Amino acid sequence: MRVLRLAGRRLAASLPTLLLILMGMFLLLQFAPGDTVDALMAQIGGGDAAFAEEMRRFYGLDAGIAAQLWNYLLRLATLDLGFSAIYGKPVATVILERLPPTILLMASALSFAFFFGLVLGVIAARRVNRWPDTLISTLGLIFYATPSFWFGLMAIVVFSVYLQWLPAGGFSDITQSYTGIAAVLDIARHLVLPTLTLGLIFLAIYLRIMRASMLEVLSLDFVRTARAKGLSETRVVARHVLRNAMLPMVTLIGLQAGTMLGGSVVVESVFALPGLGRLAYESVVQRDLNTLLGIVFVSALLVIAINFVVDILYARLDPRISSES
Amino acid sequence: MRALKAYLRSPPALIGSVILLAVLVMGIGAHWFYPGDPLGLAGRPLQWPGQNPRFPLGTDSSGRDIAAQLFHGARVSLLIGFVATSIAAMIGIAIGALAGFYGGAVDTALMRVTEAFQTLPNFLLLLVLVAVFGSTIETVTIAIGIVSWPPVARLTRAEFLTLRTRDFVQACRVQGLSDAHLILREVLPNALPPVIVYASVVMAVAILLESALAFLQLSDPNVPSWGNLIGLGRNVLRTEWYVSAIPGVAILMTILGVSLVGQGLNDALNPRLASGR
Amino acid sequence: MTRLLVEHLTIRLPRGADRENAIEDVSLSVAAGEILCVVGESGSGKSVTASAVMGLLAPGLAITAGRMALSGEELRGKSSEQWRSIRGRRIAMVFQEPMTALNPLMTVGEQIGEMWRVHLGLDAKEAARRAVAALREVSLPDPEGALRAYPHELSGGQRQRVMIAMALALEPEVLICDEPTTALDVTTQAQVLALIKDLQRRHGTAVMFITHDFGVVAEIADRVAVMRLGRVVEQGTAREVLTNPRHDYTRALLAAVPGLHAPPPRALAEEAVLEVRALTKTYASRGLFRRRKPVRALDAVSVTLRRGSTLAVVGESGSGKSTLARCVVGLLGADEGEVVIAGARLPPDRRAASRLVQMVFQDPYASLNPRRRAGAQVAQGPIAAGTPRAQAMAEARELFVLVGLDPESVDRFPHEFSGGQRQRIGIARALAMKPQVLVADEPVSALDVSVQAQVLALLRELQERLGLSILFITHDLRVAAQLCDEVAVMRGGVVEETGRIGEVFAAPRSAYTRSLIEAIPGRALFGA
Repeated sequence: MRVLRLAGRRLAASLPTLLLILMGMFLLLQFAPGDTVDALMAQIGGGDAAFAEEMRRFYGLDAGIAAQLWNYLLRLATLDLGFSAIYGKPVATVILERLPPTILLMASALSFAFFFGLVLGVIAARRVNRWPDTLISTLGLIFYATPSFWFGLMAIVVFSVYLQWLPAGGFSDITQSYTGIAAVLDIARHLVLPTLTLGLIFLAIYLRIMRASMLEVLSLDFVRTARAKGLSETRVVARHVLRNAMLPMVTLIGLQAGTMLGGSVVVESVFALPGLGRLAYESVVQRDLNTLLGIVFVSALLVIAINFVVDILYARLDPRISSES
Repeated sequence: MRALKAYLRSPPALIGSVILLAVLVMGIGAHWFYPGDPLGLAGRPLQWPGQNPRFPLGTDSSGRDIAAQLFHGARVSLLIGFVATSIAAMIGIAIGALAGFYGGAVDTALMRVTEAFQTLPNFLLLLVLVAVFGSTIETVTIAIGIVSWPPVARLTRAEFLTLRTRDFVQACRVQGLSDAHLILREVLPNALPPVIVYASVVMAVAILLESALAFLQLSDPNVPSWGNLIGLGRNVLRTEWYVSAIPGVAILMTILGVSLVGQGLNDALNPRLASGR
Repeated sequence: MTRLLVEHLTIRLPRGADRENAIEDVSLSVAAGEILCVVGESGSGKSVTASAVMGLLAPGLAITAGRMALSGEELRGKSSEQWRSIRGRRIAMVFQEPMTALNPLMTVGEQIGEMWRVHLGLDAKEAARRAVAALREVSLPDPEGALRAYPHELSGGQRQRVMIAMALALEPEVLICDEPTTALDVTTQAQVLALIKDLQRRHGTAVMFITHDFGVVAEIADRVAVMRLGRVVEQGTAREVLTNPRHDYTRALLAAVPGLHAPPPRALAEEAVLEVRALTKTYASRGLFRRRKPVRALDAVSVTLRRGSTLAVVGESGSGKSTLARCVVGLLGADEGEVVIAGARLPPDRRAASRLVQMVFQDPYASLNPRRRAGAQVAQGPIAAGTPRAQAMAEARELFVLVGLDPESVDRFPHEFSGGQRQRIGIARALAMKPQVLVADEPVSALDVSVQAQVLALLRELQERLGLSILFITHDLRVAAQLCDEVAVMRGGVVEETGRIGEVFAAPRSAYTRSLIEAIPGRALFGA
């Protein structure tokens, strides 16, 4: 009940944020050279000025900016994201088709980074300043410094071109029509390299945070109390330190949800995954601003949703939340 | 002085400084080492490194010297990293300082804006900005600065929130000093060390963002950039993978240098935190 | 029977420390049913001794000589496995900071129950049953409810009771208490001390009690060991050491303990320099979606400070005394009522107010900007008010002399001064504005006893020379008695009682004032 109330409060607080984003984006796109009609006209191979004028009236582009913004927000409220001239479909449909690969990719990259970041961070902190710590910390630094798209390309060279263990790109094998378990395995095979590529930098960040957080918590008074109680080191770490040390990491997931989604733009381009990020890239290249705006909206929703889950998780972990501040 | 000594005693800081200095020399000396246009045709395309002594790192698929592009790219990466970081730091510190110092409605309003920026995936916002304002090197740099400031603002705000209630700040209030004095002379100097350390992270991210943008061929095509070269190398990845591999190592080393310097700064400026390692 | 024996123990500090050994040639013993108090100021090595006995020495510290024994069993050279079966089961410990000593994410029940589950292998249900009994024994109200509570839902005193219940869970032979009451209010301290003494008698536990406060020693000790710079300088029964100390250091420490003797009353001016009239301040919850019970920090508080005198505002935490101080200097705005200084309302403008009232803060480490020179921090107020820089700096030097500091040290940074010296800088900074009223918010409570006495003497001397009017905020009645002419006792945002300090302490009218006086540790010995 306490957790739900808190989460609801946070969700309500994110509404103004969302509104701010939409208004900012809408106004920003007013600066863009060319509008939807220009893009359409280019698509159908030009037309006269009168036709363009009529199209503008049809799309409501002749109204003032404030009125256009108001209309846009009204349409968004009914989840009408407009029409993509390039794809010839409603933007909502285009985005919905592209959403699953992105969500799958983010979920697997996050799980990978979180799990290994946690484990490596704990190991490094338990062996602080000895060789396992030095090794893990150095690896973390290198992972952090590796550009994801470059790592992806090199992984393709090694694992797809030379070793031929894993596919070089795509979401599934289009030459086969798998069903059931086989289809799942096929998609999983295709997601291994993208997951590693997207997750690498987050793995580095999480392991560094986890290590620092473990060291910080290990120096706190209640750990001394736990030791004075005669608990074994394993129990001290597992029962007393770990949960406390995980709090900053959980916060970080929410803070970096946006960064991860941004990272998937690049990774999806490297591995030709038909996801939201690649769609964003394509709509920039093709100047499909309607779709781009729709993607921004959906991404913001996605980030808010992730933060909602993170808030619930955090409140479950930490009983102090909401009774204080 | 103590901070400088501590900095020089930390091994990560020394290694990082050496790497960064090397990249700096590459960038500054690019015109001297490789005069002429690095994007111009230099020789037969796709020569492997070591194949031709004139091109120690080989040539790309357009017959351009990879080594020349590497040197000139260092200049671009560092410049974009530095300028974008300065922009992000200025916006972030100003917003974070005002929000943290005044609190209340000012804080709520400024934090809403910060949250809005943080809710938007930064790379997506970068794409939108580039799509709207074009992709000259100036707009790309400014755009990277604009998408990178929110974490700086949050960090500065957090520092200000704890510092503004400290007794020494309260004492200055009681002494009748102005808000400007409190913010600039009392709180900011104490809030700055962690922000300076964090600037290294911002710089690393800025360099990565630019290279990713260039990799997607959305950055300035008239400027030699490591990311650009990696993107062009994609077409010949299956056979001539060195075209993509070499500039990637350059990016990796530069980010590594920046991160290590940041770690060294952290050890020197925040000794309490450093004692754990 | 000797439970704990420490003989000729020497522990080396890591290289680069300010001395070679943390403790040197320390010999102590505690018998069953006995309380040994180890007394010393900060840096005396008393806490290191306790860690050694628990087998929890900080990394870098090493035992180089001597031995320790528990009920005759040698402790040095025990493996970490053997130590684990001793810690908690045979030797238990209670720490100083009740706020941080418990895991914030585990319920009280889980944390106490862990003792039986780990050492005796009991199941959760049996552990919970015993935990309730243990909480009842330390007289925690509603033990069943406390079992499910998280530490942040308990007060400091309640948490310390939980710590004691946990430490005594397995009836250890030895209990080590490391300043367990230092962070508590004086009435809570009295209750916790009584509790420890009562439990120790009933279970026959040997207690090693570490403290810096001779009042506490007088309350609880059977025997006393006085430590200084890592060595035991004097050891004996409580009666011997307290009434007939042999070592000079012990004598000096005892002399510095303030008694509750008010100085003979002085004639006071009729003129009020500061009048607080019906001041009310409520901390309400803010925020769109949050509703919390508002806290009334000040409830129609009225006090008067006469010109040239000192008014003590005494109270425990939560009494509203610090809120009052902050309202008087204008750092906080009150909801109702007014602050009148020299006949006029305190102006809302910061600069105008700064010439009327100034403040000395509690923590000498937090009240100076670590990155600015000491002199500049003293001179900056007058400079902002229009005094030329050179003149303001010259005045700062004079003020340094006035508060007993070297005038050449104006160019030093705060970290180059000791705690007592920093507090002198804070006083100089306040005096630089030549205020009508000086508000001192717990100015000596962060200092060692001997330094405390010096700073109090300085304030008294300055008052005589400059005719200062001081509003003195403190939790410590003994400190108030030394310096102040009048007193206002506060509790829960309300003034309980006011009057001449000697009269109030000799014949308190309010029951609360009486309980505060009775709770002062060592009252019987140091006088009331």
